[in-house]
Amino acid sequence: MRKVGANMQTKEPVGTGAQMNGADMLIESLRRENVDVIFGYPGGAVLPIYDKLYGSGMFHVLARHEQGGIHAAEGYARISGKPGVVIATSGPGATNIVTGLADAMIDSLPLVVFTGQVASSVIGSDAFQEADVLGITMPITKHSYQVRNISDMPRIIKEAFHIATTGRPGPVLIDIPKDMAQGDGTFSYEGEIDLPGYQPTYFPNQLQVKKLTDAVAAAKKPVILAGAGVLLSKGSEQLKNYAERQNIPVINTLLGLGCFPADHPLHLGMAGMHGTYTANMAIYESDLLISIGARFDDRVTGNLKHFAPNAKIAHIDIDPAEIGKNVPTKIPIVGDAKEVLKQLLLQEGEIGDYTKWHEKLAAWKQEYPLWYQNSADVLKPQKVVELLHKYTNGDAVVTTDVGQHQMWVAQYYTFNNPDRWVTSGGLGTMGFGLPSAIGAQLANKDKTVVAVVGDGGFQMTLQELGVIRELNLPVKVVVLNNQSLGMVRQWQEIFYEERYSHSLIPNQPNLMKLAEAYDIKGLQASTEEEAHAALKEAMETDGPVLLNFFVAPKENVYPMVAPGKGLHEMVGVKP
Amino acid sequence: MKRIITATVLNRAGVLNRVTGLFTKRNFNIESISVGHTESEDVSRMTFVVNVEHDNAAEQVIKQLNKQIDVLKVQDITDQAVVSRELALMKVASTPASRNELYAVIEPFRATIIDVSRDSLIIQVTGESSKIEAMIDLLQPYGLKEVTRTGTVAVPRGTQKAATKLSSII
Repeated sequence: MRKVGANMQTKEPVGTGAQMNGADMLIESLRRENVDVIFGYPGGAVLPIYDKLYGSGMFHVLARHEQGGIHAAEGYARISGKPGVVIATSGPGATNIVTGLADAMIDSLPLVVFTGQVASSVIGSDAFQEADVLGITMPITKHSYQVRNISDMPRIIKEAFHIATTGRPGPVLIDIPKDMAQGDGTFSYEGEIDLPGYQPTYFPNQLQVKKLTDAVAAAKKPVILAGAGVLLSKGSEQLKNYAERQNIPVINTLLGLGCFPADHPLHLGMAGMHGTYTANMAIYESDLLISIGARFDDRVTGNLKHFAPNAKIAHIDIDPAEIGKNVPTKIPIVGDAKEVLKQLLLQEGEIGDYTKWHEKLAAWKQEYPLWYQNSADVLKPQKVVELLHKYTNGDAVVTTDVGQHQMWVAQYYTFNNPDRWVTSGGLGTMGFGLPSAIGAQLANKDKTVVAVVGDGGFQMTLQELGVIRELNLPVKVVVLNNQSLGMVRQWQEIFYEERYSHSLIPNQPNLMKLAEAYDIKGLQASTEEEAHAALKEAMETDGPVLLNFFVAPKENVYPMVAPGKGLHEMVGVKP
Repeated sequence: MKRIITATVLNRAGVLNRVTGLFTKRNFNIESISVGHTESEDVSRMTFVVNVEHDNAAEQVIKQLNKQIDVLKVQDITDQAVVSRELALMKVASTPASRNELYAVIEPFRATIIDVSRDSLIIQVTGESSKIEAMIDLLQPYGLKEVTRTGTVAVPRGTQKAATKLSSII
């Protein structure tokens, strides 16, 4: 694998007042922000920028499609904790990143995205490769800019990095007309950032923290619902300390997996549509629900009318607009998850009597574990995930698309560590898993990165195998191949009387030949025994591998909360 | 329920677009928006009249507006003592014969005629929305050709009366 930043030139910072063109300003600003990898795709409007990149020594990843580039940047951001940087050209280049922007926005991932734009003089004339990128992307970015004065470029870039990475992280877009990259201006990167309307709150109101402490002491059946905010704030250790000290059980959202050890006795599993029975019933019966860095997505809550009907809800979130948005909150606490947990740990931790509650939870855990019926005849996808856990020692970075395979990984790959999980939770983006694995591997070259994908999503972005080959990234791509759009097929089976309208894909490409075409080792299996052998060989291979597992085509994800139902109305809880 | 919300914003390109886009995205029902500079040319003030079903929705509007990077301050001034005004221009059909009558009709509204032509008048009126509505209603029979309205601008009064609870009087 090429080393990120290996060719980076050491260059003295250019002083304030230097004259340079916009593209040079951009490169210099990225250097000041310690950017070590850029994901992008060149084109006419960004040629001046790419020309300056040529000699810069910066590590640029040439995605094979802009969507792949931005998803890779998301994977990079999620695992490295640093903002992912993307460059796309004007018009189609920019419109190809729209999915990634929406994905990063809803999952709170920090990105700084540069799009080329036609020259200022022809903006609005429907020029070649012109699109109103600012207009298109405004609702799906945390903030956006169009450079209209070359000397503003450094300030804008500095603000963009600040906005993307502080408060609730998110994507920031900078649209650069071609003449702004080509023309000269005065460079200055010094000075304080002046954004009077943007002052994120990190430290919580002490009164509210005290209220929560009192509520915990008074509760009989408390639970913590921990989401991605805990991971983003790097507050996993504090969460564990707090939960252990207070003896409060912890439930994860899909995106929060790994922020609390899944094999911890206090862990009840994932909540929501395909969560565990214990987690969902614990929410339903709780008298105090402490949400930390989670936003009460409808896939987590089920029908809001039946959501935690007996609970006093405490909501800890850095984004005040999330509090009270979906669920009425008794104890709102605005702040960074880690900082709030630190404050909670500083309080006298009076522990309530939760004995009966724990007994009840233990009984549910015992009686209603996750289940599937293994088979000697056909390979079960859940088994593949369990084997994957075994052959990676449960310590791989795992990325996924959306759908059945995503849920099986969430259910059966026991995430015990933070920063091992990259998934498209909010937007539910097919084609996310493979490219995000590229970014994740570049962010952490020491860990095994596995992209678990379905055969449907894989075919949306499989061209990014070219990047994996080019950079010789040792990513293992695991295709759970059920020759269908599995989750669509499952819903059609359950809710549409088995009318499989355009969800079956019997005509699959030969993935082994595809692997060969990309010069990547290909392995496939259709029995458990073959799966053992394939995974063993893959993990022993010092390079990329494409694994094609032919799994039971009619396997469904259970248990399940049907749309419109409450969390207490799960089906398929038992075989 | 109608709420009057004001926002002071940095006077930057695209801010109005950002704000109206936000309303569309979150499915908030806007009745009117008016925007103009404040005492500082870098800062604009927006006045929104929104129709929301309950207090939570109004709270969400405010929180979402506050999230915008270019928004400096947001206030719900509905329950305050405010001065609110709207401006309307109305083109009304009028022959020389009916002109005097129209003068008499608009006089109590303290409206003014700002353009006269052979077959029409343009009337300017300012006031609260209900006053504008009343004038439109009154001028309808004469033949309203065009009506254009600015939407509400509002500012809290300098002196706010202390809220008097009924219980303290009894």
